[in-house]
Order: sequence, then C-alpha cells, then structure tokens
Amino acid sequence: MMLTELTIAAAQAGLKRRDFSAVELVGAHVAAIERLNGRLNAFITVTADQAMDAARRADAVLAKGEAAPLTGIPLGIKDLFCTDGVRTTAASRMLENFVPPYESTVTANLLRDGAVFAGKTNLDEFAMGSANINSAFGAVENPWKRAGDADTVLVPGGSSGGSAAAVAASLVMGATGTDTGGSIRQPASYCGIAGIKPTYGRCSRWGTIAFASSLDQAGPMARTVEDCAILLQSMAGFDPRDSTSVDCPVPDYRAACGRDLKGMKVGIPAEYRVAGMPAEIEAAWDKGIAWLRDAGCEIVEVSLPYTKYGLATYYIVAPAECSSNLARYDGVRFGRRVPAPSLDEQYEATRRAGFGAEVRRRIMMGTYVLSAGYYDAYYLRAQKVRNLIRRDFERAFQQVDVLLTPTAPSPAFAQGEKMDDPVQMYLNDVFTVPASMAGVPAMSVPAGLSASGLPLGLQIIGRSFDEESVLAAASAIERAASFTHRPAVRAEVV
Amino acid sequence: MSLDPATVRRIARLARIGIDESDLHALQGELNGILGWIEQLNEVDIDGVEPMVGTGHAALRMRDDVVTDGDARDAVLSNAPDAAGPFYTVPKVVE
Repeated sequence: MMLTELTIAAAQAGLKRRDFSAVELVGAHVAAIERLNGRLNAFITVTADQAMDAARRADAVLAKGEAAPLTGIPLGIKDLFCTDGVRTTAASRMLENFVPPYESTVTANLLRDGAVFAGKTNLDEFAMGSANINSAFGAVENPWKRAGDADTVLVPGGSSGGSAAAVAASLVMGATGTDTGGSIRQPASYCGIAGIKPTYGRCSRWGTIAFASSLDQAGPMARTVEDCAILLQSMAGFDPRDSTSVDCPVPDYRAACGRDLKGMKVGIPAEYRVAGMPAEIEAAWDKGIAWLRDAGCEIVEVSLPYTKYGLATYYIVAPAECSSNLARYDGVRFGRRVPAPSLDEQYEATRRAGFGAEVRRRIMMGTYVLSAGYYDAYYLRAQKVRNLIRRDFERAFQQVDVLLTPTAPSPAFAQGEKMDDPVQMYLNDVFTVPASMAGVPAMSVPAGLSASGLPLGLQIIGRSFDEESVLAAASAIERAASFTHRPAVRAEVV
Repeated sequence: MSLDPATVRRIARLARIGIDESDLHALQGELNGILGWIEQLNEVDIDGVEPMVGTGHAALRMRDDVVTDGDARDAVLSNAPDAAGPFYTVPKVVE
C-alpha cells in the first residue's frame, strides 16, 4: 500500500512504530500535489518547503517518543483560515496579497497537535458557492470521472471544493472546511469522502474569514469517519476570543465511532422526499435506512414541516450577514485598493474590482433585505421562519436520536451546468441548509455510486453538541457500505 | 416585489459597489429572480414567533476589564495597501 492511501489512523500508528518517517509520509503527499495540482487546482498556495521542514521537526519529536495526536500528518487548510505568515485569500482578488499576522484558533489547535500544513486549498470566493466555480484563482476539478467519460470535467461541489478534491485524490490525508449552508457536506458527497459540520459553537470562528457569522462553522474532511473524528478532536474546543464559542467538554470522538447502535432511534424526515428527486438518490437513502436497521437502530418516520422554507430563509439570512461582514473590505486597512479621487469613489472602485459576480450579488441582496422599509418584510420574517425551522428539529429530536437524509439531490455535475440561474445553483444545498439554520451537527458519508459511477453521500443530522451519535451512525453506514471506490485522478495513479 | 433599475442603482450605492450601466440589466434580472423565489416565505404564518438571531448556546460572558491584546502596530499595518508611516491613508475628504 502506498503512503498516500493510508488513513490518518493508520499513519499515526505507522509513524509511532517508525514503519516510515514523517519526511517520507509528507514527501509522498507533496510529490502528489506537485504532480496533480496543476490539473485539479485544489490548492491556491502550496507550502511544500514549510511542510518538509515541519516533517523533519516531526521526525525529531517522534524519535523522542513524544508524538502529539497529529504529529507528521499532512493536511490541507481551506484558504479561509488565517495562517500566520502564509497568504490567505478567501479565493478573492480582494485578498490576493493578504498575509495574516496571526493564526486562526482552529489551525493553531491543529498545529498544537503536530499537524503539517501542505498548503491552502481552493474554495468559492468568500465561501459563497456550491461548485467551486466562483474562485478568483480558477475552478477546481473533481478527481472523479463519469464511467466511460474521461473528458468531462465535473465540479467538486462547494464551497470547500479544493479541500474535498485534495482529500479524495490523496494529495493530503485530511483537510479543514467551513460550512455555512452545506459547504463541507455537499463537496464531501460529490467527492466520495466524509465531512462533518459540528454544532454551531463547537469550533472557534476566530481567525476564520467571516461569511455569515450566525451560520459559519469549521469542520474536518477526510476519507473515513474515524479520521474526521481524529481531526475534530483537535479542532474543537472553547475559545474565549469567539463570543459564540461554547464552553462545554469535548468528548472522545474517536471512541464514538465504534459505539454500538442498538436501540438508537433514527428519524426519516418525510419532507426530504422532494418531488423530482432522482431514483438513485432515493435508492441510496433506502439502503442507508436498511443498514441502520440491520445495525440495531429503530427507524421512525418524522416530520419537519418547515423544511421547504429552509433555502429561501437561508438566502435572506446569509446574504444579510455577508453584506455586513464584507463591509470591512474598504481598500483602506488591508486588501486590494483601486485608487480614485474621492473616498466613496475609491470604495466603489475597490469593491467593484475586488469582488466577483456572486459575492457582489449576495452583498447587494443582503443590503436590500436590510435596507430601511424592507427589513421587516424580508430579514425579520426570515429570522422568524428560521426559528420555526429550528423548532422542527427540536421536536424531531424529542422522538429520535439522529436523522438520516441524502446529502445532495444529485451526484457531481459538470462545469458549465446549472450556471445560468443563481437559484438553480442554490438548490444543490436543499438538504444541507436546514441543519445549518438550526445550528445542529451534520455529517456526510459516502454510501455508494450513482449509475454514472459517481459517489453519493448520505447525511446524518444530530442533536446540538451530540456529534458522537452522528459519528456513530455515520460509522455504521460506512462499515455497511464498505465504500472502497477511488476517483480516476489520484496520487496512486501515474 | 420587483426591483426597477433605479432601485438596483440605489442598492449598489448603499453597498458601495460600483456598477456599470451595462451590468444593470443582467443584475436586475438576477436579483428579481432571487427575490421572486424567496417570496414563498410570505405564505408562512409567523404570528407570535420570536426571531432567531443565533443558536443561543453561548451566553454572553463577562471578563476582567484588562488589556488582553495590542501593541502590534506594525503587524496591524502590515497589509495596508498604502500606509504612510504609522498611518492609513485615504483620499482627501476635507477641502
């Protein structure tokens, strides 16, 4: 087995036994990045030299028998997390040359635990998008191919599309993502990997470039559920610098993966059986239900009646918060500046040149729904509907422990499809947005292949701060699915 | 609710995003498409429902009134597009 095929769990053990060195492990991944990133465009910035230096330091630590949980493990960091001294762009022309003088809490936690950063992964600009086509640094290619069609370039999903593609193609062993309405789960589903959006408040938002602050949440992406658990263990935890960070103990996530599911109640929400859902998505869902039943779960039909309003609510709340957050990009203190004779003209010229079309559109939507005379009709109404959506989940979780749904309404689509109409693009997030609105944890796990040979993910949604049940149920699906398929483009294929 | 070109111009102005006249028509169509789609929320009965402003799991915390950060002028200025000494610069705003 090649080093790039290992799971994080296996690599940890191999490094400790000194079966291979951190330099060998990181070097294999750096070589894969050098070979494949020109094609996949999964990284905006590759930090190969720093990674190899870190690997040498990791070997010194390992030689002393002092390994931390992630010592020597190469990861990709979504280019939305500020990294001290390493350019952080949010995939925007606005921040093309921004070099943070500080480290985000999530990446600082990973570094504390010994992780090695191979580079900054591509994304939709400011995390706004569902296909990773909105990056100022170019689109990301999904390493998967439709069966018998090696030419068509598929999207990796978004916004954490670079992280998903890099993990799927074995350029790194895991990656950080952020999820505001599905940006970890949907690309995980499209790229055949696992990814969890933890409970809002579980991972600090400090130093993560803000999109919609009441929704943004960092989480891990990896090829197995257990690897996600290992990464989340390091990423999670209370941070006094984030006023929405929650001070509650972080349980042993890895142990939760092996938990017995006997007696667990799994809710199947009727409203997720949307009209026009492809039969193969429905079939994958039914298989997931059967697997959990076989694992000892009790299957319960539940109703979340406000599900259908989730997306529309999201596309008021998220743009409103985005218009407020992105007001900071004024061309004065950091980021791009387009000089103009007056301050207002300079703002307008800077923001016109610095933001891409989708970001400009969302800022304008948000500005409108917050503007005098429209605030109550749009923003306040959306906040109330959001509360109804949350109550749906609270009611469901009085009956059941987790919910099982598909992650996305389709497998990965081709670059160029669904691009004319913003609303069509937004519909990719129909199943992921409601959990974001409620703030509850949710995970995508690969469950099988479509007729076209592309991965399909299932989503497990849990109670607030009960990531353990989510990981346990996702692990059971992973075991039952025994999903061993790999994408056409990957490190091991020369 | 449908946005006319003057309203689109006004929103762009509020957002401090410059738009070209040639963008106006396409932008108007896209924004109206999104607005038309979110109109569906008007059918929801929201009487007596409190607005949700966050998940509310984190209570606002008190801390000691002491300096926890600072004295980092050069780091703060390190990304300024046009710093002059220890200052940010802007176009002249007072004649």
